[in-house]
Amino acid sequence: MSTRKKVLWGVGSALIIVYCLFPIAWIVSVSLKAPSDLSNESFLPSEVTWQNYELILTGGASDLFLPALRNSFGICLIATAISCLLAMFAAYAIARLDFPGKKLILSTALAVAIFPVISIVTPLFNLWRNIGLYDTWPGLIIPYLSLTLPISIWTMSAFFREIPWEMEQAAQVDGATTWQAFRRVIVPLAAPGVFTTAIIAFFIAWNDFIYGISLTSTEAARPVPAALGLFTGASQFEEPTGAISAAAVIVTIPVVVLVLLFQRRIVAGLTNGAVKG
Amino acid sequence: MASIDMKNIVKKYGDGFPAVNDVSLDIADGEFMILVGPSGCGKSTLLRMIVGLEDITSGDMVIGGKRVNDLAPRDRNLSMVFQNYALYPHMTVYENIAFPLRLSKTPDDEVRRRVTEASDVLELKEHLERKPANLSGGQRQRVAMGRAIVRQAEAFLFDEPLSNLDAKLRGQMRTEISRLQRRLGITTVYVTHDQTEAMTLGDRVCVLRKGKIQQVASPRELYEQPVNLFVAGFIGSPPMNFLPATPEGNRLKTPFGDVELDEKRAEAVAGHDLLLVGIRPEYFEDASLVDEAKRPLGSVFRARVDVTEWLGDSQYAYIPYEAPESIQSQMRELSKELDSEELRTQAIVSIDATSRIREGREAEFWLDSRKVHVFDPESGDNLTRDAEAGAELTRLASQDRVEQLEESQGRAGTSQQTGGATAASA
Repeated sequence: MSTRKKVLWGVGSALIIVYCLFPIAWIVSVSLKAPSDLSNESFLPSEVTWQNYELILTGGASDLFLPALRNSFGICLIATAISCLLAMFAAYAIARLDFPGKKLILSTALAVAIFPVISIVTPLFNLWRNIGLYDTWPGLIIPYLSLTLPISIWTMSAFFREIPWEMEQAAQVDGATTWQAFRRVIVPLAAPGVFTTAIIAFFIAWNDFIYGISLTSTEAARPVPAALGLFTGASQFEEPTGAISAAAVIVTIPVVVLVLLFQRRIVAGLTNGAVKG
Repeated sequence: MASIDMKNIVKKYGDGFPAVNDVSLDIADGEFMILVGPSGCGKSTLLRMIVGLEDITSGDMVIGGKRVNDLAPRDRNLSMVFQNYALYPHMTVYENIAFPLRLSKTPDDEVRRRVTEASDVLELKEHLERKPANLSGGQRQRVAMGRAIVRQAEAFLFDEPLSNLDAKLRGQMRTEISRLQRRLGITTVYVTHDQTEAMTLGDRVCVLRKGKIQQVASPRELYEQPVNLFVAGFIGSPPMNFLPATPEGNRLKTPFGDVELDEKRAEAVAGHDLLLVGIRPEYFEDASLVDEAKRPLGSVFRARVDVTEWLGDSQYAYIPYEAPESIQSQMRELSKELDSEELRTQAIVSIDATSRIREGREAEFWLDSRKVHVFDPESGDNLTRDAEAGAELTRLASQDRVEQLEESQGRAGTSQQTGGATAASA
């Protein structure tokens, strides 16, 4: 590559990075501003202050934020785990077995995935109240499964299809039961796919707002995105912008950490679907 | 170790098409059986039915005296080498070979002993800690074999194991497989479409066509006493030439002059108007190079040579001839079935490498008429097959096999006592 080309690439990349990261930088900057400093008409705070973080972690908003953080983590992790496990079996069946209604399952999954969430929230709210699931963890985990399962089944069945049939047949001839062949040969080979799916599923659950705000009422099950909406300022004349920004930064951290941790796995998963024997 | 008996095996797919049709085959304990045929003849399906990866529509599959039709692959205790090896990419070579033992919950030190033993035989010792992705084709092939021999299986099954290797490696692995089979003395079924492998490896070869057995015999019998046009055309490279012929008393009129038949064969072909004479390329010779003593045993004819191919140790000449329309369409169909693309009717003739016959010229050829076969073009049957001579060839081959087995196993036994160093190189 010539120097000219290198410079062009560098400038181009920098532009895109700035464009992508600018909103995040803005949130970080706002979270470091004091309430009186919010409208200082400059990007950077005139004085860096941690009072927003103090407010949500130890101060007045902490009894709203901390339980919500705990709820979000618990509910999203459980929903992800269940949906990955179920999707793994479903995808395996779809990729390997020949049964009537295979197409139907896939298209139903797709239909569920594109079904507008807002239209089922009201009936679900009524139903949940009647059967006692309202404002509980299972009450959110179940709808989250409906969000995460379809996409998990689709991505994972693509991964399973790439694994050569012979692998499994070889394992069977070597003396493995179907379950042993699945667990010791297919699952390790599909690991990148499982990781990718898990992360996508986690993000979907983590980012949900509509179910979170509609199906909960107390800190028993309210997730972070819903809690953020309920933040109030110190007085009714004050916007809680700083506190919300601080919470948003904290909520972003686990996502960033997850992606960095599994970066290589995800990239391998996204690009290396073709697991060649 | 066990014998494998198949009785009237049928495999029908969903659309009712019989991929394997009424196959009965007995494979003796310790025998090396080759299943060969053009693509789509059902040879791989048959192998997969033996190992249990394919359901059997009807018939009995008996391994070691036990009917296994309804047993899962893992309960049949067979080991198989797949065409693409099917190694587990996430495991090291060691774990790949050890996998069958791990599944049967073999104790660790026993696993180590057996894997080391297998890797010694296959010279994989220095690769045990590597992953299959980092191995060459030949090494992967050996790992697949290691996984097969590491456990005491009833039989080995090979599904075109050498077709992914280059020509040189294929030759080496072929002798390797042969040596290994003799040494272990284990029943082996080997599927291939390569006739060099079929001829060199097999104690007996089973030729399949459209799911039906054509002939099961030793390679020599297949070559010298084929039962029909299909087997005659399939076995041998370059293939047998088929010339149209009309009988006239004891003689057959062919495009290459008259061929004289002895009385027994003349009797067998009597009563047909049109026949096909099957002549192997090596039954021809440049007439000027034939011994005076041999000359009267055949006939001499003149023909124009289209192309010659000189290969150093041998030479081939291509001689075009005219054939009636009915024969031509028959030959086209046959060559299509044999996966070859024969566009013109021409005879391939093997002549001595020193012959000065040149392209585009007329030349004089000599044809050894003693070994020609005569086929009925309608049914494809070989009218002049000598069943007794054929059976004798196969009997001799099986005698050889017993001797070889005894010898190689005896040798392996003694060398193990003297340190085992020669076992791998033997």
